[in-house]
Amino acid sequence: MNRIYELMFIVRPDMVEEDQDKLISSLESNVTTSGGTVKSVEKMGKRRLAYTVRRFHDGIYILLTVEGGGAVIHELERRLRVTEPVIKFLTVRIDEEQKRLEKIKKIRDARRKAAPAPAAESGGEAAAVTA
Amino acid sequence: MAEETRTTQSPSGETSGGSERGERRPPRPGGPGGPGPGGREGGRKYFRRKKVCKFCVEKIEAVNYKDVRLLAQFVAESGKIVPRRLTGVCTPHQRRLSTAIKQARNIALLPFAGRPS
Repeated sequence: MNRIYELMFIVRPDMVEEDQDKLISSLESNVTTSGGTVKSVEKMGKRRLAYTVRRFHDGIYILLTVEGGGAVIHELERRLRVTEPVIKFLTVRIDEEQKRLEKIKKIRDARRKAAPAPAAESGGEAAAVTA
Repeated sequence: MAEETRTTQSPSGETSGGSERGERRPPRPGGPGGPGPGGREGGRKYFRRKKVCKFCVEKIEAVNYKDVRLLAQFVAESGKIVPRRLTGVCTPHQRRLSTAIKQARNIALLPFAGRPS
């Protein structure tokens, strides 16, 4: 049962780069030991928060994409909860959404392939008429 | 609040806000859309421009909580989600939109209340 999750979390704005990397790598090892894989890591940088969280107005956003079952996420969330510099996190399951988007894309591509042919034909005809 | 939400939309959004309601309830004397249908018989063409779903027109399928710029267009100054009847978003897209906005609120990308940054 492999699902893909997106895990976004915010750490304190005064956290230095090295500590962030350390935190991320520890989370990664945590994921791999519990049987999941980290597909990508993205540091989204410092952003202003829309509201104050633990008296912070800014935060550093980090995005992880994790593949694995619910147990992996459960463990990861527990870790985030006890990690002091993490002020907020959100997990979103994205595999079903991705599947849906792929399906739509496929339909659109098929339609696009079908569409240009008649258009080109008619264009050619018009050219022939003018000639 | 309602006026504010309309101003966040495109200027045409304000005027067309009345038209849909007008179509549903024709007897509406003195309303802002009043002189509209008087033009010709049928008169429907004289109604305000029909609003269309932004997501359908621009073919935006992925309504993601990370896309704050997009979501902020559908959030009023107060932080509320703007209703479909004002924005013209279709039902399936409004549903995705509202979940995305709620997720964004949760991770402090959008405010629960107050002006968005």
